[in-house]
Amino acid sequence: MNIKRLNWPLWTGFLLTLAAFLSYFFIFVLFPFTRDFPWANLVLFVIAGVLLFMGLRRGFASDRPHPTRSKIVSSIVSVLSVAVFAMFIFVIFVVGTSLPKSEGAPQVGQRVPDFSLPDTSGKQVSLNELLTTPINGSAPKGVLLVFYRGYW
Amino acid sequence: MRSIERSLSKFNEIGIRPVAISVDTSEDSRKLAQSQGYTFPILSDHSAEVIRRYDLAHKGAGINGEDIARPAEFLIDATGRVKWINLTENYWIRATPEQVLEVAKLLK
Repeated sequence: MNIKRLNWPLWTGFLLTLAAFLSYFFIFVLFPFTRDFPWANLVLFVIAGVLLFMGLRRGFASDRPHPTRSKIVSSIVSVLSVAVFAMFIFVIFVVGTSLPKSEGAPQVGQRVPDFSLPDTSGKQVSLNELLTTPINGSAPKGVLLVFYRGYW
Repeated sequence: MRSIERSLSKFNEIGIRPVAISVDTSEDSRKLAQSQGYTFPILSDHSAEVIRRYDLAHKGAGINGEDIARPAEFLIDATGRVKWINLTENYWIRATPEQVLEVAKLLK
């Protein structure tokens, strides 16, 4: 394969777009600095965008060995990249912020309602038990209730 | 969940028991705990009854349109009173174990 024929800005831009999308969920979400606002990912998307623009120009240049194929491929790759970027914006800013207000949730200072639910072995466990069963031999000082979506 | 497991010994040291709750069945939670090595209690609120009672239901957000829990964390003291709450407005922004440990140290 002739390296000169390869539209490297296009493909680098595309790979960087994928990296910009995935890196938030695997890396940047772990640090509050890059998690609270995804600026690091947006920077990566901008760089990817510049590369894709270069790639697109190159794809439409008149000196391409396969002009038609080159135009089609660079167009498709660019559209896919834009779609990945749109997906990112949607997942972070639309899906991520669509949580209910939960105004009726227990407030600080309130006593929470007791409940009893099955654990992973199917045994019923009550909040009261969780608050009283010793941890490493001494009475617990408290319980951290973590509600999560589940994995369905 | 993974960060809770990683900080579990720190939680236990200061007498805090982390407990996770979702609409997953006991069986699904057991598989999850096994595959991920989670050793803290995971409770199954399959009908979302407790989740609704705590006003934490995200209506129709499950994969088949069922109600599921929105992410939320509560620190409850030994008398059953709420000491600290985290109701995030952004799914991706959760409380870190460090944050909770900081508050938990104040419990008597």
